[in-house]
Amino acid sequence: MSTGAAVLPARPARGWAALGLWLLPLLFLLIFYFTPLFSILRLAGEALLREGPSPRLWGHLERPLVFTLWQAGLSTLLTLLVGLPGAYLFGRFTFPGKGLLRVLTTLPFILPTVVVAAGFNALIGPRGWLNILLMQGLGLSEPPIRLMHSLGAILLAHVFYNTTIVLRVVGSAWAQLDPRLEQAARVLGASPWRALWEITLPLLRPSILAAALLVFLFDFTSFGVILLLGGPRFATLEVEIYLQALQMLNLPLAGLLSILQLGCTLVFLGLYQRIAAQVNVPISPRVQGEGLHPPRTPAERAFVGVMLTMLIVLLLLPMAALPLRSVVRLEAARGERGAVTPGLTLDYYRELFINRRGSYFYVPPIQAARNSLLYAGATMSLALSLGGLTTAAMTRLRRPPRWLDLLLMLPLGTSAVTLGLGFIVVFNRPPLIARDFPLMIPIAHTLVALPFVVRTLQPALATIPANLRQAAAVLGASPWRVWWEVDFPIVLRAVIVAAVFAFTTSLGEFGATMFLVRPEYPTVPVAIYRFISQPGALNYGQALAMSTILMGLCGLGVAVIERLRLPGLPQTW
Amino acid sequence: MKNPMLRLLAFFLALLVLVACAPATTSTPTASPTPAAPTELRLMTHDSFAASEEVIAEFERQHNVKLVILPSGDTGAMLSQAILTKSAPLADVLYGVDNTFLSRALQEDLFEPYTSPLLANIPEEFVLDPQHRVLPVDYGDVCINYDKRYFAEHNLPVPQSLEDLTRPEYKGLLVVENPATSSPGLAFLMATVAHFGDPGYLDFWKQLRENGVVVVNDWETAYYTNFSGSSGKGPQPMVVSYGSSPPAEVIFAEQPLEDAPTASIVAPDTCFRQIEFVGILKGTQKRALAEKWIDYMLDRRFQEDMPLQMFVFPVNPQAQLPEAFVKYAQIPTKPATLDPALIAEKREAWIQAWTETVLR
Repeated sequence: MSTGAAVLPARPARGWAALGLWLLPLLFLLIFYFTPLFSILRLAGEALLREGPSPRLWGHLERPLVFTLWQAGLSTLLTLLVGLPGAYLFGRFTFPGKGLLRVLTTLPFILPTVVVAAGFNALIGPRGWLNILLMQGLGLSEPPIRLMHSLGAILLAHVFYNTTIVLRVVGSAWAQLDPRLEQAARVLGASPWRALWEITLPLLRPSILAAALLVFLFDFTSFGVILLLGGPRFATLEVEIYLQALQMLNLPLAGLLSILQLGCTLVFLGLYQRIAAQVNVPISPRVQGEGLHPPRTPAERAFVGVMLTMLIVLLLLPMAALPLRSVVRLEAARGERGAVTPGLTLDYYRELFINRRGSYFYVPPIQAARNSLLYAGATMSLALSLGGLTTAAMTRLRRPPRWLDLLLMLPLGTSAVTLGLGFIVVFNRPPLIARDFPLMIPIAHTLVALPFVVRTLQPALATIPANLRQAAAVLGASPWRVWWEVDFPIVLRAVIVAAVFAFTTSLGEFGATMFLVRPEYPTVPVAIYRFISQPGALNYGQALAMSTILMGLCGLGVAVIERLRLPGLPQTW
Repeated sequence: MKNPMLRLLAFFLALLVLVACAPATTSTPTASPTPAAPTELRLMTHDSFAASEEVIAEFERQHNVKLVILPSGDTGAMLSQAILTKSAPLADVLYGVDNTFLSRALQEDLFEPYTSPLLANIPEEFVLDPQHRVLPVDYGDVCINYDKRYFAEHNLPVPQSLEDLTRPEYKGLLVVENPATSSPGLAFLMATVAHFGDPGYLDFWKQLRENGVVVVNDWETAYYTNFSGSSGKGPQPMVVSYGSSPPAEVIFAEQPLEDAPTASIVAPDTCFRQIEFVGILKGTQKRALAEKWIDYMLDRRFQEDMPLQMFVFPVNPQAQLPEAFVKYAQIPTKPATLDPALIAEKREAWIQAWTETVLR
């Protein structure tokens, strides 16, 4: 069919063939990840040897390290607290508007921090909707909610961002769980709690661990949330790397901090593997949608109601505040600093299409959107291809070596600033100049998306029991039909989840893009930053309008990918 | 058919090829039939760089050149990229180093000297490098902006000095940016160092902290979220911003404004002057063209375009200011300045001490 499949032997001898599958992903990582990373670390090391370590070095390392660990642990716990019941909701129940809610809850994950910060400000900021409402309702003169620039704001934003990971990863595993196991336990007299505790949770443990690890890594390397919502009193390792590399121009310290962050990532991944290796329950995939049902008992109805409310308040309100703010003009009434009489306007959107200053850098929003979509499409294809190869290689090895898995996850623990600088230093002369190579941005985005893709595809592929295929073959199905009716439907769901992650990661990425983007072809997040860094009500309004467009774009992308499932397949989880 | 992944893979590889081709075919600029293909001149700059389309096009026409502009983050990000790549420079010309980064850039030996004939017009006070490795292009003052309406309605006099800011009537009314993350924040810190001296500035900041100064990380948050004079309608009526922000409020108003809603405090020593420079990067193959571009930047056409594009003031006194600037921008008579060499030596220590005093 295509050359991609033809060069790969159909029935390879174990070991060597698996290595063949590894070749492309490994080469990719070697060229686009390890080379830039080591070139920067080498430069930093040389400078460190030349200048000698500063006396306050340990203080510079310790403070951000402790804070990073503390906030990441706390954020992960809170995210699981919201996400696990949410995964149960999606994995076991049907309710009206489920498809829409699934798309909407995916959105936070993609939004660039500057957009999220604007959304949180519009909701809980000193002049946010909530404070305006409370002040007018209770007749207060000072805003009662003072959450901005506190640890609370950081935690809230992390839950907002990462709950979708738990919903997606654990939710889809839950939907695939054989409900008969649980039913059998109940018939044998176990209480619902006991069935959950002794049957369901152990079966879900790999997915929960995988989700928790991803969430933790994201919180661990948090950057924009800390800077914009946490304010100047908080700094994670990632923030400190940015400060040292780009503000203080202290490359040696930035290099040391990067190594510290990478080291920690390695430790967590190692720990995770150790725990994950203990659980090895084979799950046979079941008829799709089998375990799903509408809430029946009052308790179930109450659960669904409470969970829906919680998800809407936590995930949807901050996002709703933003489009609302982008069509409202806030004018403080004369004489009252706090009172606000809003008026509706579409000016900000109209203005997006006018190059008012005749600026050389003006790019119509449609074009920025097109650029973003093209990059996201390329990222999705690249990440799924490489991720697919990797996963195929992993399932062929009976016991994939641990270091391979670690290798794949490392980019998640790497600072975007370090990597971005690495790109600039390494891809600086022909044949490859970073800024001139149109695929460079999708490549950078793929590095971020690849760990997800592999983490999502691998469990799905591993669950296909050989006897299902054999049974189909014995019953007379052609190999093509076996693939089409057994393998494909099982893997498809995981592929969709992986595709959504890759696509949306690319749409929202800003850190590495900043180093690679050409002004003629900006992405939407880049365009948003351009507007927001200029004074004037119109510029701010346009940034909000553009953010709203990005949100719409993400929503559309996610919805389309979700629709790609085959017509015969029922809507699941 | 054992492995379904292979088929999916083939599909996605094919998709990838399709997508990869798309930008290449659609984004190729429609080649105009010029007699000779234009040479490329690369300009590395910060993200705030802006210019009118015609102004750039005119230069490209005059010299049959294609100007490739590479915005590379903020000033610090741009400079660290330039330093990391100095053995194989990313561009021919670098624009946007300011006096707070100047000495560091010169220490790294990034530039080739060029004595432009246009320097003759430019006042001495802007020419900070006597060897002309970098040439001044524009300047701007970081000043405290205030919300005129708030001060009028509360019958509050506008502060006239840095010391005034510590008085109880201004408690909790000022928002500043973190000097570690923001260029206006750093400039304002330097204004206080210039006025109070080292370590006197720390006492001032201690008092300011007791008087409820609000610190945020970036200018965007300070201006749009905390400042009451802009569209965010935040709680603080005073913000560290630029002397050119008031005219920007008029030009980018949603509805035409009669008067600027904000103004700057321009009393002696309250503002810090930032000067931005351009220089030819060492190792360029296009020295002659690079010189032409620098001349162009210092000449009237570009200098008159800058104010409304980047909200800075031209260093060339022959350049006419736009009307909104003449009307609403105030130029401080005695802005604070510091020796760039001293800044390079002490900036990290100042920021560190400030962090300990104000944030911990």
